[in-house]
Amino acid sequence: MEAVAFFLGAIGALGGAVAVVTLRNPFYAVLALVVHLVFLAGIFLLLRAQFLAAAQIIVYAGAVMVIYVFVAAYVGGVEEPSWDASPELKVIGPLMAGALFVAISIAVIGSSLTALGTGGPEKLADDFGTPAGVGMAMLEDFLLPFEAASLLLMLAAVAAVILAGRKRRGKEDPA
Amino acid sequence: MNLEWYLVLSALLFAIGIIGVMVRRNPVVILLCLELMLSAGALALLTFSRMLGNQDGQVFVLIVLVVAAAEVVVGLGLVVAMFRRRLPLDVDEMKELKG
Repeated sequence: MEAVAFFLGAIGALGGAVAVVTLRNPFYAVLALVVHLVFLAGIFLLLRAQFLAAAQIIVYAGAVMVIYVFVAAYVGGVEEPSWDASPELKVIGPLMAGALFVAISIAVIGSSLTALGTGGPEKLADDFGTPAGVGMAMLEDFLLPFEAASLLLMLAAVAAVILAGRKRRGKEDPA
Repeated sequence: MNLEWYLVLSALLFAIGIIGVMVRRNPVVILLCLELMLSAGALALLTFSRMLGNQDGQVFVLIVLVVAAAEVVVGLGLVVAMFRRRLPLDVDEMKELKG
């Protein structure tokens, strides 16, 4: 049963990812990424990460993708010929990606991660992956990364306002 | 079910993201492909977290989520700024950093 759910989720996630890379219109690419993220949230559920699956849907597929849709609409869906990179990149890109995939797969399957036990523990803690469990881990063991992340978010907000909000005299906004 | 499948899926998603970053020219689409690579990393973190029966990996996926949000805000701010300056939205055409 878990295998069936996993492969359904994997097909959806991979289909969304391939669509992001191949679709010409950036607007459709954004929508394809939403599909990918929703399927990925399902896979997160299989890994007992309930809280993160919910956060993924709300934050990523919801909020972040709204910004993407806004920007894709604002700058106009400029149709670019797909795979229109320079001839060298057309060859190097897939080659490099294939080599990387083979390397990672060899590392994962070849070593078979014997030290870890790839089935995972049979019995997990009761609060594994729940908001309570993740929150306790974050605010007790990982307080410093948590604070650093909040600082990063504030900096990003300030940077976005400075970048996009600057008006220059004599130049009108084309929008 | 063997958890290695999840790691292979993560590697595949990362490879697809790399192809996208290398062959696409629209900066918005390149940012989307970066998101693909980030979500592949998050999937690997969650898989190891499940293998070890330890929640620390999940906390780091949350941190990755925050970093991704910050990256999107800055990256799309740059795209909007480029559009306002009437620069071509094509990474092959952008060769100078003149403000």
